Amino acid sequence: MLVLTAIITLTLLAIGFGALLGFAAIRFKMQGNPVVDQIDSLLPQTQCGQCGHPGCRPYAEAIANGEDINKCPPGGEATIQALADLLDVEPMALDAEHGQEKPKQVAVIREDECIGCTKCIQACPVDAILGAAKHMHTVIESECTGCDLCVEPCPVDCIDMVDVEHGLSDWKWTSPDRSMLIATDRSSTEYGRSTNAA
Amino acid sequence: MALLTLSSPHAKGSNRTSDLMRWVILACVPGLALQTYFFGWGNLHNVLWCACIALSCEAIVLKLRGRAPAFYLKDYSALVTAVLLGLALPPLAPWWISLVATTFAIVFAKHLYGGMGYNPFNPAMAGYALVLISFPVAMTTNWATPSSMLADGQLGLGDTLAVIWQQSPLPDGFSGATPLDVYKHEIAYKTEETVRAFAVFGEHFALGWEWVNVAFLLGGLVLLGLKIIPWQTPVAVLTGLAVPSLLLGSDADQYTPLSIHLLAGATMLGAFFIATDPVSSSTTPLGRLVYGFGIGLLTYIIRTWGGYPDAFAFAVLLMNFAAPLIDVYTQPRTYGFAGPKRGPKSRENQ
Amino acid sequence: MTAPVSNPNHPKRAVHAFHGGIHPPEHKVDSNQTPIATSPLPPRLIMPLQQHLGKAAKPIVAVGDHVLKGQRIAEADGAISAHVHAPTSGTITAIEDRAIPHPSGLSDRCIEIRTDGEDRWIELEANEHYETLSVEEIRDKVRGAGIAGMGGAGFPTEIKMHPPQQDKVNTLIINAAECEPYITADDRLMRERADELVKGIEIMAYALQPGECLIGIEDNKPEAIEALKRAVGGTRIEVVVVPTKYPSGGEKQLIKLLTDKEVPSGRIPADIGIVCQNVGTAVAVFRAVRFGEPLISRITTLTGDQISRKGNVEVLLGTPIQWLLNQYGYQAGNPERIIVGGPMMGYALNDPDAPVVKTTNCLLAPSAEELPLAEPAQACIRCGLCAEACPAELLPQQLYWFARSQEHEKAEHHNLFDCIECGACSYVCPSAIPLVHYYRHAKSEIKQHRQEQEKSDRARIRFEARQERLEREKQEKEAKRKARAEAAAKAQAAKQAPAAPAKPVETAASAPAQNDPKQAAIEAALARKQSSNQEAEDPEALKTALDKAIAKLDKMLDALEQAKQDNPDQVEKLTRAVEKNQVRVNQARQNYERALASSNTQAANTTAKAPPEPKELPSREQLVTNLEKARAKLEKMSDALEQAQSEQPEQVEKLIRSVEKNRIRVEAAERALAEADKQEDVR
Ligand code: SF4
Ligand code: SF4
Ligand code: SF4
Ligand code: SF4
Repeated sequence: MLVLTAIITLTLLAIGFGALLGFAAIRFKMQGNPVVDQIDSLLPQTQCGQCGHPGCRPYAEAIANGEDINKCPPGGEATIQALADLLDVEPMALDAEHGQEKPKQVAVIREDECIGCTKCIQACPVDAILGAAKHMHTVIESECTGCDLCVEPCPVDCIDMVDVEHGLSDWKWTSPDRSMLIATDRSSTEYGRSTNAA
Repeated sequence: MALLTLSSPHAKGSNRTSDLMRWVILACVPGLALQTYFFGWGNLHNVLWCACIALSCEAIVLKLRGRAPAFYLKDYSALVTAVLLGLALPPLAPWWISLVATTFAIVFAKHLYGGMGYNPFNPAMAGYALVLISFPVAMTTNWATPSSMLADGQLGLGDTLAVIWQQSPLPDGFSGATPLDVYKHEIAYKTEETVRAFAVFGEHFALGWEWVNVAFLLGGLVLLGLKIIPWQTPVAVLTGLAVPSLLLGSDADQYTPLSIHLLAGATMLGAFFIATDPVSSSTTPLGRLVYGFGIGLLTYIIRTWGGYPDAFAFAVLLMNFAAPLIDVYTQPRTYGFAGPKRGPKSRENQ
Repeated sequence: MTAPVSNPNHPKRAVHAFHGGIHPPEHKVDSNQTPIATSPLPPRLIMPLQQHLGKAAKPIVAVGDHVLKGQRIAEADGAISAHVHAPTSGTITAIEDRAIPHPSGLSDRCIEIRTDGEDRWIELEANEHYETLSVEEIRDKVRGAGIAGMGGAGFPTEIKMHPPQQDKVNTLIINAAECEPYITADDRLMRERADELVKGIEIMAYALQPGECLIGIEDNKPEAIEALKRAVGGTRIEVVVVPTKYPSGGEKQLIKLLTDKEVPSGRIPADIGIVCQNVGTAVAVFRAVRFGEPLISRITTLTGDQISRKGNVEVLLGTPIQWLLNQYGYQAGNPERIIVGGPMMGYALNDPDAPVVKTTNCLLAPSAEELPLAEPAQACIRCGLCAEACPAELLPQQLYWFARSQEHEKAEHHNLFDCIECGACSYVCPSAIPLVHYYRHAKSEIKQHRQEQEKSDRARIRFEARQERLEREKQEKEAKRKARAEAAAKAQAAKQAPAAPAKPVETAASAPAQNDPKQAAIEAALARKQSSNQEAEDPEALKTALDKAIAKLDKMLDALEQAKQDNPDQVEKLTRAVEKNQVRVNQARQNYERALASSNTQAANTTAKAPPEPKELPSREQLVTNLEKARAKLEKMSDALEQAQSEQPEQVEKLIRSVEKNRIRVEAAERALAEADKQEDVR
């Protein structure tokens, strides 16, 4: 009898929890495939294709389907870390095959050499180049992602990639963790120097 | 030329962690003195013995972790743990009990979690709970009998050392259970009056214990006055203990009365010195009230219905578990906000 | 407050309290015992273009210009900006990047003036009675004088003299609390120039028309309180004495103290009908309106044990800090440390050649004993002292954990951005943790991250928009192609129809034609063209077909011309252009053939050169890819050249040059490859 009761109780419990789980699955069902969106939002959107995909979103889809997370050089370590956090996997080193992490760059067109061929416009994934056929082109600096894709198609090699300039406007306080190392070393004449160097 | 550039503020107040810790130790002294007066040399010996173990463990672990022992030992935190353990352990507990408790407290409860400031549990109470679970008999029977109950006075220093170090058998009557323990067991089949007639309760509430508790209360008030401990925790602990005992335990023929709860056992030591350990407690003002109240309540529950006579260690550890959660739900309201943000990600309460 | 009404019996104003706060040693007597001195004229002045919040001013003088004292040398750029004036007469010697007083230690654009010692004023427009001016004129004067908040933040004052759009200003608060230790500039100013201050407040009140006007001052300045009380006699301005507690001079804290209101998070005081102005600003406003003087000097406290003659000085903006301190007996300490501002919120100067600017209220050169350097930090023991001291009612220890572990989301959730960086938490922290530094770091990280996120979001949107556009274009092309194919099929059917008049086919072909004769005609034309294209297989036939097509195009253009008779000028031009084009096309074709031939021979050359052996060294591989790349480029260039020759003769030269360049490159690559092969052979 006791055994029977126990079995019945357990069965009822199982059914109850099963129903609850089923309900939760329906009630809290996510729309679409948000994981791709989430991954995409972590990628730098440089759209450079270095990962071997035609843009960040395709790579996000590939990651969602199990591709390695270490193929995006523009994002570098930070992106890998963020992706690892999101997907709950071990962060790995950047895959050197796809390139190295470089400082941020923007494209600049040497305008007097530009022949207005529109080839760079066709190459730019984010439409960051302005100009009509046969007229001098120019890069909208604020929109350029530094993807490098416009350099190669230019027939007269008039596009340069230059490092983004740092100045007062984007100056950052350094981490105190770093300056504290200095703080313990009192005798040094270098004491505290350039704690806040940009 | 580059000058020294560091972030503001450039001025620094006089608070120092080591000073705070020193004050905590100092505030324990009256309680320790009365313990020694009433219960013999046991506690004093334990405090010193625990201090030796704690400092050695701390130094060794720091060395192993590649930290400078000289710098970190000066924060006195290991010493505080040791003193609290020495005060809380039974005075006549054998030496290895202190050794196990202190080593566990410093090495496991503190350093394995990252050292000072990172330990989620109160190290002293973790050590205490460990020996209480592992050696229940030694932990409940080795309480010294108050001096005034003994015809020819307390054990001498030599005898105490012999008991602790060589486990030489104690003469009958020199050790026994605590008043809390006695009351709980005896009230099951006796009335209040007959229980109170036991010698351990003395003339007032609990012989010796009452004065020790008063001394710890005074020490605690000093710390409060110096703003070294927040007022919320001790007040909430005592409230947490008082509320249930007034509500359902007012029948002294069935439950231990409030007076004994407050003045016997480690109540004041716990409320002012143990529960206020900042590292493992809640950090928000409201959270401290919740945290303290929880400790008081759990202490009452375990003391009344649990298998252990005193339960402060368990209550503190259980609330340590809850502290991070309490913090999340008790955030204060920030300047410029209509209400506080409660919960891990509540909508902005603008 | 057009006519300040006498209101001798104010109801006793209740002073409220703010949470937290600390009482650091004040050190005010160090510098408030002597009257305000006037600093001598330095040989050089350095005027940063950005001494205020907002956009930097734009210089309107050139190197070599002679300027007079008070002459505008840089103009505000946009609404949130401020003019810069020459503090004395002299010659502009440079407009370049110089060290500026900023925690970063970076340089920024400055105008350097070599002073001529004459100190000759430009002509000023004085004004006896401000009431005769309109509010608009007063604001113009304030803006013209380049006044920016002199308490530290440097917000352009003129903007704060506009009442907020929706509702009026209820309370004008003059911040005279000066709660930072050491600083006494406002204290001395109030003692000595209380009348100017009160007049300045009246002018601001005239512009803002507030319901009440309060001066908030800490009770540790009894002389200043006396002077103020005397000066406000007969006006509606109220002097409210608040208890000394740092940071009662924080804008938000003072508002809470005086009105019991709180500025909502992320908003400004004006949103709750309050405007806060600093004492020095009020005096500057007075001088600007009364005498027409621009802001060219300020009162700065020189203090700290490394300075022997401590006190307050009226100093010309632009005076190099090192030079100024040297005038007052400055001895460099070890390590040398100069703090701009007070010990709680000031920043340490990186380069002492940086100048005094509009916001420099104090220069503090402490000895190592008086403000010891930070001790090594210990672990946070979560004692909660910081939370007790925090005037923003934050949980600094939690913020610290989050900032340290880079958990920025949680830090924001715990209202990191409501931290006013007052330093009270660091001050009381027993573990000597540089809490504020952590918050600053975390804030800048978050801000940077936000910017990046914003940019990448924009990039994503642009990328997606482009993808969509390309897709659409592809579809359009596809649709056109289909339409053409369909039309061809129909045309075929139509051709066949007379031979074998099959009824259903005819109806099928004529049905759309009936519907839309024009479209049918186009389709038929297209179909004809296509079929003729199909016929033409060999190059010669292709050429003739092309020529025909071009001739057709000309005809069509003629038709267009006719259609556009109402605008003959343009059409004529158009035709001419088309004719020209025609010539060019022919030319281009010839060139193309030539290029084709040459590239063919080149290709032949390479294949001849290509070594037969299969084993290849990696370097060789590289060379081959190099060569291929160079060739591809060359081809592309030739294409471009061809196109240009047909369309843009002026570009041709440029292109030819780059083609030449690239050809050389190709040749070099070829040579390198050949050499590598030779070596290989030798080996
Ligand atoms: S490598 Fe380039 S395209 Fe690929 S995810 Fe990174 S930024 Fe986007
Ligand atoms: S301008 Fe060039 S580098 Fe910049 S986004 Fe466009 S293609 Fe990339
Ligand atoms: S004052 Fe310092 S040690 Fe105390 S809780 Fe705050 S940060 Fe931690
Ligand atoms: S610096 Fe920020 S966190 Fe610290 S006390 Fe001031 S407002 Fe609070």
